[in-house]
Amino acid sequence: MKLTGKCHKFGNDVNTDYIISGRHKFKTLDMKELAKYVMEDLDPDFYSKVNAGDFIVAGTNFGCGSSREQAPLAIINANIGAVVAKSFARIFYRNCINTGLPLIECDTDQINAGDELEINLDEGTLFNKTTGKVISIAPLPPVMLKILTEGGLVEHFKKHGTFNFD
Amino acid sequence: MGKTIAEKILSNKSGQDVKANDIVIADLDFVMGQDGTSPLAIKAFENMQAKRVFDPERIAMVIDHSSPSPLQGVSELHRQMRVFAQQQKINFYDIGDGVCHQLVPEQGHVVPGDLVIGADSHTCTYGAINALSTGVGSTDLAAGIISGKLWFKVPETFKFIINGKLGEGVFSKDLILYLIGDVTADGATYMAAEYTGEAINDLSVEARFTISNMAIEMGAKCGLMEADDKTIAWVREHSKKDFTPVSADTDAVYAKIKEYDVSSLEPQIAQPHTVDNVTGISKIGDVPIHQGVIGTCTNGRMEDLRIAARILKGRRINKDTRLIVAASSRQIMLQAMREGLMEIFMEAGAAIVTPGCGPCVGTHNGVPSDGENVISTANRNFKGRMGNNKAFIYLGSPATVAASVLTGQITDPRQFLV
Ligand code: SF4
Repeated sequence: MKLTGKCHKFGNDVNTDYIISGRHKFKTLDMKELAKYVMEDLDPDFYSKVNAGDFIVAGTNFGCGSSREQAPLAIINANIGAVVAKSFARIFYRNCINTGLPLIECDTDQINAGDELEINLDEGTLFNKTTGKVISIAPLPPVMLKILTEGGLVEHFKKHGTFNFD
Repeated sequence: MGKTIAEKILSNKSGQDVKANDIVIADLDFVMGQDGTSPLAIKAFENMQAKRVFDPERIAMVIDHSSPSPLQGVSELHRQMRVFAQQQKINFYDIGDGVCHQLVPEQGHVVPGDLVIGADSHTCTYGAINALSTGVGSTDLAAGIISGKLWFKVPETFKFIINGKLGEGVFSKDLILYLIGDVTADGATYMAAEYTGEAINDLSVEARFTISNMAIEMGAKCGLMEADDKTIAWVREHSKKDFTPVSADTDAVYAKIKEYDVSSLEPQIAQPHTVDNVTGISKIGDVPIHQGVIGTCTNGRMEDLRIAARILKGRRINKDTRLIVAASSRQIMLQAMREGLMEIFMEAGAAIVTPGCGPCVGTHNGVPSDGENVISTANRNFKGRMGNNKAFIYLGSPATVAASVLTGQITDPRQFLV
């Protein structure tokens, strides 16, 4: 899996209330609608700045806070290709795998806002086209890789009816 | 090699001998969803082309977050939950029954040694009664109610040994705020927290729930305690299920161990906008308070209401301050009414809202206006958490909130407890 796009940079501890505020998420299950409010409290213009395939790049503990799956779903529907961070909060991490949003754990200090990035999930590398640097990324455990490559947990269950990692 | 509580429970439930960092598929004892997460799970259930849940007795859905419904869109989501619950014959708690994390243990659904998932991040609450319970998202919830199983990464464990005795006017909320301030919001990420020591043993089961409830605020997967005589008595009072408590081996391997003495701890306050921005109350300075909140899954139980009522009894809250009270469940509300606590709150000038999440998550019931300061007994103070990103949320114990609404600024409750 190869992904390319531009970096939108955020800091540490971006919580799920910032990703999609509780005041929006209770209103609807229409994720296209919710996507318009992604990161609104940190950057009101975020949604309009994103080109399809762009990346959210952040520091440590991205996605901390509530278990709302609206967070990864709204990110996917805002046409973000992947989230790149130094570390992720665990429920958010599960939710991304389950909904099919690729996550990349690596040193993000070497990525600046606006940098053009190319991510190769199979090789485990992130190439910063703007700076010319290659950053190595942590590999995904096999169970998670299987769910992600099958398109998420819904597709996995549709196919197997239950968990199946044989 | 010895095992931690988390390693033992996940070994029992997966039928394998597992240790930290293994990935397992394990059997679930109970699965819970609330109204912010269940509608998406129902959609996922349908998309997964499932017909029936694995065991209706082991599943509950709760309407607590936006309860009663404040909006037409929410009403529709609630309707979908009611229809699903009826079709699948699962346990169902409707508006006014209470907050999910109070109901699940109170109604006897969870017992020591259980493995539980809930589609709500504060599912870690039941660790206080020795259950490995953890928050998941809606798709996990759907997979759980279909198969009765889920994949887990066996967490490493961070052991907190809490020595000493909490002083008068200092509570389990102050203790957990202090720990979060010390280890920070991601200090235990991916780990199980195990809380032990004299100060934990001294606490009631109710007070222990407050500590396990906030394990997620240090990033932990669960907040476990061993079952002692108090735990066993409490669980027997609430549940008819059989159980076998699980304790850690003396030679268990921990990723981290930290020891504290809390004898001289003062009341603690988390300041805006992160839960780990904690300070002792003597250093808080003058912070005017516009609204106080007593309730939520962290601190809306009988002990919490009793201590707040003790401070508010016969007094009036400050004229420039509001107070909102939400009991954590219908049973608690009823008990508080029988004890005359609701009268005390009403006479003091409080507004009492439906048992449930109250204004905690900003959907209704007390959204602050721009620039206002709120002091709440909840577990989160993120920017925008209560529905307005220009408001400021402070967190403290029920006693601290009660004292602060009386004076109209953040106030050490100990002056009202002498
Ligand atoms: S009371 Fe607050 S923290 Fe607890 S479940 Fe409800 S919204 Fe979540």
